[in-house]
Amino acid sequence: MGIELKGVTKRFKGAAALDRVGLTLEDRHIYGLLGRNGAGKSTLLNLIAGRLLPTQGEILVDGEPVLENDRALGKIYCMSEANYFPEGLRVREIFRFTSEFYPRFDLPYALNLSEKFELDLNAKNNKLSTGFGTILKIIAALASGAPILLLDEPVLGLDAGNRELFYRELIQNFSEHPRLIVFSTHLIEEAAKLIDRAVIIRQGTLILNEDVETLLEDSYLIKGPAQAADRYAEGRTVISSELLGGLKTVYLRGRPDPDAFGGDLISEKIDLQKLFIELTGRRKENQK
Amino acid sequence: MPPGFTNEKPIFQQVAEELEDAVLSGAFREEEQIPSTTEISVSYKINPATALKGINLLVEESIVYKRRGIGMFVAPGAKQKILEKRKQSFYRAFVLPMVREAEKLGLGPEETAELTKRGFNDGN
Repeated sequence: MGIELKGVTKRFKGAAALDRVGLTLEDRHIYGLLGRNGAGKSTLLNLIAGRLLPTQGEILVDGEPVLENDRALGKIYCMSEANYFPEGLRVREIFRFTSEFYPRFDLPYALNLSEKFELDLNAKNNKLSTGFGTILKIIAALASGAPILLLDEPVLGLDAGNRELFYRELIQNFSEHPRLIVFSTHLIEEAAKLIDRAVIIRQGTLILNEDVETLLEDSYLIKGPAQAADRYAEGRTVISSELLGGLKTVYLRGRPDPDAFGGDLISEKIDLQKLFIELTGRRKENQK
Repeated sequence: MPPGFTNEKPIFQQVAEELEDAVLSGAFREEEQIPSTTEISVSYKINPATALKGINLLVEESIVYKRRGIGMFVAPGAKQKILEKRKQSFYRAFVLPMVREAEKLGLGPEETAELTKRGFNDGN
């Protein structure tokens, strides 16, 4: 059960938005899809949802190709950044509209969430503010009953209180009905504890798909005098490094080896956001 | 429940420690039910798998136990077990480093004990 991408490339006018992506997403996990602006996150989600055709490669849902396959596509609910609901509909009509495509749509749950988020059921879709537009899309997604939820920037435009409410509802929903959830976000710090898998893409290339806890246990930084830091880094898996005067910080994969610190170096843990920045940040120098 | 987890330890460990603290403080008494995995994960905004892993740590140490179909309960003798365990980690995490530092400063056991006493007095 899950999603499988095999050698997926997507080109727009010749430029590769995604380049030979091979990726397996398993059921009953919450994936954070992380990447900088323009990395290809939305393209990836839209490909899985069948809204875009891959230039090359294949996408399978529970072993079946998604292309022109209603059964496979019916398992997926994709909340995108754009609002695809018919313009003049009111909120309650949009719930009815969604339930026609998703027979397992849970209307009482959608109403309950609307109350919690204070979304006006009679408001017209095209009159909603950015925040409430997002809230409407979130509620439709959570209540869809689809076994696979793809959420593209689900917290875009939400204030801190509503983001917190969304995170809680997402976890509640996932606990009660474990499913495959993939969400992209730029607010990594907030998402770090929610997700249990991290998928990181950089300039259309998949660079990582790992269990978050393992990833964090397997990453660290050391800092100290540049020479000592360089000596330590030699032969180890270096993510990136930065130099501040004579003080060097090196970000590494693996476990720290205090025996090799030689008294000059200290090591620290890295959080997901920092790791993300180091893995995707310096576009030129850290490619090694 | 308090929010902020640090990134110095895996979150599941911090969940286990929070629950232990609640047992130590008497917030959860022996033979009382603890919050469910869902409640814990929603409250801390953490992945349910992480919460479950934290609870399982406590199950392995017989600090909590499962009643089928009902939930998780604080085991009899849990508080004592946690105290023993915390004493051990207190020794490793605080006493041993303190002794190393004391040696660096040329302080003997008596002098260190004196300073420890003073710490107790100042702290109260």
